[in-house]
Amino acid sequence: MNITRASGFAAIIAAGAIVLSGCAANEPTGEAPDETTSTLEGTLVGAGASSQQSAQEAWVAGFQSANPGVTVEYDPIGSGGGRDTFIAGGSQFAGSDRAFKDEEIAEDAFGACVPGTGIVEIPAYISPIAVVFNLEGIDTLNMDAATIAGIFAGQITNWNDPAIAATNEGVELPDLPITAVHRSDESGTTENFVDYLAAAAPEVWTYEVSGDWPVDGGEAAAQTSGVVDAVANGTGTIGYVDASRSAEFGTVAVQVGDEFIPFSPEAAAAIVDASPLVEGRGEGDLAIELDRTPDSAAYPIVLVSYLIACNEYAESDSVELVKAYLSYIISEEGQQVAAEAAGSAPISNDLFEKASAAIEAIK
Amino acid sequence: MSTETVQSIPKPKLRPGDRIFSGSALSAGTLILIALAAIAAFLIIQSIPAITTPAEDITILRGTDFFSYAFPLVFGTLWAAVIALVLATPLAIGIALFISHYAPRRVAAGLGYIIDLLAAVPSVVFGLWGGNVLAPAVQPAYSWLEKNLSWIPLFEGPASGTGRTILTAGVVLAVMILPIITAICREVFLQTPVLHEEAALALGATRWEMIRVAVLPFGRAGIISGAMLGLGRALGETMAVAMVLSASGAVTFNLISSQNPSTIAANIALSFPEAYGLNVNVLIATGLMLFVITLLVNMLARFIINRRKDFSGAN
Amino acid sequence: MTAATDRRAATSRDTTNAFASGSLPAWSPWVILGASLGAVAAVFGLIAAATGETFSIIGTVFFGFLASTIVIVLISRLVEGSRQATNRLVTSLVVLAFVIALLPLISLVFTVVSNGTNRFDIEFFTYSMRNVVGEGGGAIHAIVGTLLMTGTATVISVPIGLLAAIYLVEYGTGRLARAITFFVDVMTGIPSIVAGLFAYAVFTALFGPGERLGIAGAIALTVLMVPVVVRSSEEMLRLVPNELREASLALGVPKWLTIVNVVLPTSIAGITTGVMLAIARVIGETAPLLVAAGFTQNLNYDLTEGRMQSLPVFVYSSYVAQGTDAQSYLDRAWAGALTLILIVMLLNLIARLVARQFAPKLGR
Repeated sequence: MNITRASGFAAIIAAGAIVLSGCAANEPTGEAPDETTSTLEGTLVGAGASSQQSAQEAWVAGFQSANPGVTVEYDPIGSGGGRDTFIAGGSQFAGSDRAFKDEEIAEDAFGACVPGTGIVEIPAYISPIAVVFNLEGIDTLNMDAATIAGIFAGQITNWNDPAIAATNEGVELPDLPITAVHRSDESGTTENFVDYLAAAAPEVWTYEVSGDWPVDGGEAAAQTSGVVDAVANGTGTIGYVDASRSAEFGTVAVQVGDEFIPFSPEAAAAIVDASPLVEGRGEGDLAIELDRTPDSAAYPIVLVSYLIACNEYAESDSVELVKAYLSYIISEEGQQVAAEAAGSAPISNDLFEKASAAIEAIK
Repeated sequence: MSTETVQSIPKPKLRPGDRIFSGSALSAGTLILIALAAIAAFLIIQSIPAITTPAEDITILRGTDFFSYAFPLVFGTLWAAVIALVLATPLAIGIALFISHYAPRRVAAGLGYIIDLLAAVPSVVFGLWGGNVLAPAVQPAYSWLEKNLSWIPLFEGPASGTGRTILTAGVVLAVMILPIITAICREVFLQTPVLHEEAALALGATRWEMIRVAVLPFGRAGIISGAMLGLGRALGETMAVAMVLSASGAVTFNLISSQNPSTIAANIALSFPEAYGLNVNVLIATGLMLFVITLLVNMLARFIINRRKDFSGAN
Repeated sequence: MTAATDRRAATSRDTTNAFASGSLPAWSPWVILGASLGAVAAVFGLIAAATGETFSIIGTVFFGFLASTIVIVLISRLVEGSRQATNRLVTSLVVLAFVIALLPLISLVFTVVSNGTNRFDIEFFTYSMRNVVGEGGGAIHAIVGTLLMTGTATVISVPIGLLAAIYLVEYGTGRLARAITFFVDVMTGIPSIVAGLFAYAVFTALFGPGERLGIAGAIALTVLMVPVVVRSSEEMLRLVPNELREASLALGVPKWLTIVNVVLPTSIAGITTGVMLAIARVIGETAPLLVAAGFTQNLNYDLTEGRMQSLPVFVYSSYVAQGTDAQSYLDRAWAGALTLILIVMLLNLIARLVARQFAPKLGR
């Protein structure tokens, strides 16, 4: 009896040991591969926006493949958490759906940086936000900002409303109540979406701009995935999601000037170029004041997410890594892998020039 | 209780083994108290700025003060937990009885295992299931309720278009706490002294009468204990509620509309990633409120158990 | 329940001879159930055929069961009297409760298994997510992280929780015991994310900002686990009959040996159930681990160095951050969920076997 029991335990322990001592088949075994010329080594830690997560996965994978000695960790704990961690000095770079505010920079309390040197902010992740809907047989609808605002504010409640019909001649709109789905969590996507509504349709959208959904009413769902599921599972639903997740739905072409612009990476990158930098910031601070009502053929509903690093690091050992990683992100290859993995819009040459100058200056 | 009998022995001889054992038991208990004190201190220290700072300096409050921010959350937490408990407790007692006294002995162990399986499902999966399988499945039922029973305030409507209502969240929570309550009840029911049961049966009781006079009174404290454990989980459940519920901050008893109060835990999970500075303190302060709520609920439960102590335990 | 089956002993009051009283044959409930199901199925089928709607299996089962309950209670009331009728009603309700509980379970298991098997392959168990974009990759890093962190949490919290429960039941009197009982209850109400924040704050205070470690995750889980262990063990220890303790003490066995050799083995099955519940409670936690242990794509065996991935976080982040190739992320998420459930099942099974080894062989 005791012998069988003991051997049973031994077997369990042995099995556990085998499982636990295994090594992931795709990870480096400790012997440095010869074929690369990279001499970079170490661990780089970043934390921040979950909107960047897919893109960061692609960047990390690309960067680690080129530099096998390096490990990059990106905690997708959210923009707010990312900025707080960066301020506390817990990470070498942060990802955030908004730039630091002037007063936050003025406090100058960035844990990892040399005091008084300021920070680098690079709008490296540009993602169009698509307005998606679930109506059988309709792939695209034209809407102006006032109509979108009316729908999400709960003033337009049926799909056959004249306001929708006016811009969609020839489309047979069903007599179906509209269920508008918004994010229940606080998010940069929401902030950018309502910022657009407030700028482009101020007479309808009178709410304050923040990452929290301001209107009582409508349906709420957690995260982009939750909105996607709610829109997909409901009928007559409409919502706003990252463009990379819009494939299965009908999408709204947004009125800009006299044209209706469907979302596209190029049109999204165009708006970033058309927008001025925030004034009064440091050399490397490329924070952008987005112009939501452009004249040109640009798609105005975009999420711009920043990579934030120090101008001058208090500890110099991470400088090389930060510079190499950020340079990879803004490089053509980096922007391309992110576009493939996360559907983001590659940054323009103009922005690349400014960003690489800012990264070069990091020390 | 059990110790009284021991104490009645005149001056028990204390052996070293006894001292070591009781000492370590005592220190384990004290350790828990210390850990809890540390957590309480952490919560209180982190919460103070949320209440003392003027409300207009905290962006997350949107102009209102802390307590009007927290009230809908407190309401939603209690409301969702009550729904879950009302649905789950009778079911759990029924299942536990089925396993302990109705199902054939050989099948019973397997059935218990199957219900335990529910406890093995992580809350993220409950969230996915609740949002993508359950909510669309019950949405037609909500439309029906709105059409036919809208004179009851609970089913006032307008019915949600996606089914992500507080009732759906309550059902998900009920399913989540079901195995906890069932497991405790089952173990307690199985411990009913067989002599009591046989005595009842020998007096001519039917199976139900035997359960009513022998099993349920014996298990009452256990049932309440199990329900409280379940309630604790329902109050604190984070991810599943966050992923299922369409929360808007409304205070309403309406079960089927898309206007639902959020819960404290879900709100923390949803707002925390984007929170910074003082907003974090506000969220932790709501966590402290949940802590207080649990304290009150447990005081109530203890009070109920103690009032009915005559039947509890094996004595 | 040998005696319980002999229902004939209990008869209605108006009959003088217990053995001659009216009683339904044992097969009658089954026949009535079958007939009701058939009848309801026929009605539903006709309605479905007439209105062109789809035939509802769940509706049929539910209403069939309801109909059979009503019929059997009525018949039993006429033939056997009201006490037997109540008995049969309760039997039906109890069975119904079990059937209702099975519905979500079946639906859940079906959803998880049908979605989870797409990626339930060898690569999933041998690859981490390092340098994987889109398709492929695996969850070995998450599996290892979950096992290590939950294992550590269990190793810390089971002795503490069990000893505390022993203190409460066997030694504790007066204020301290009452305080511990009460505050353990309160501890069950700590929102899981607050436990994570607490652990993170502790380790930040000790090791500097931004420190996310596997051990911090384990501490967060411990905070969540201890109250469940204490509460359930306490309940089980209280159920041990005092006669056993007294008999042992009367034989001159020291109290601590009485507890170790008599009390614990008697309640070991219940305690094991409680511990398994506690493990199941924490092994699926997402929020505290994301806060305390961080997020990584790499395999990490060291609890005291670097971030550690866990299965729930893996599942959640795969679901939340789906890239353009959404399906492969979803497949990984479901496969991770399936793995997590299987791990808990396996642990459950092992625990039960262990408990059976230690439990005393009872007479009946």
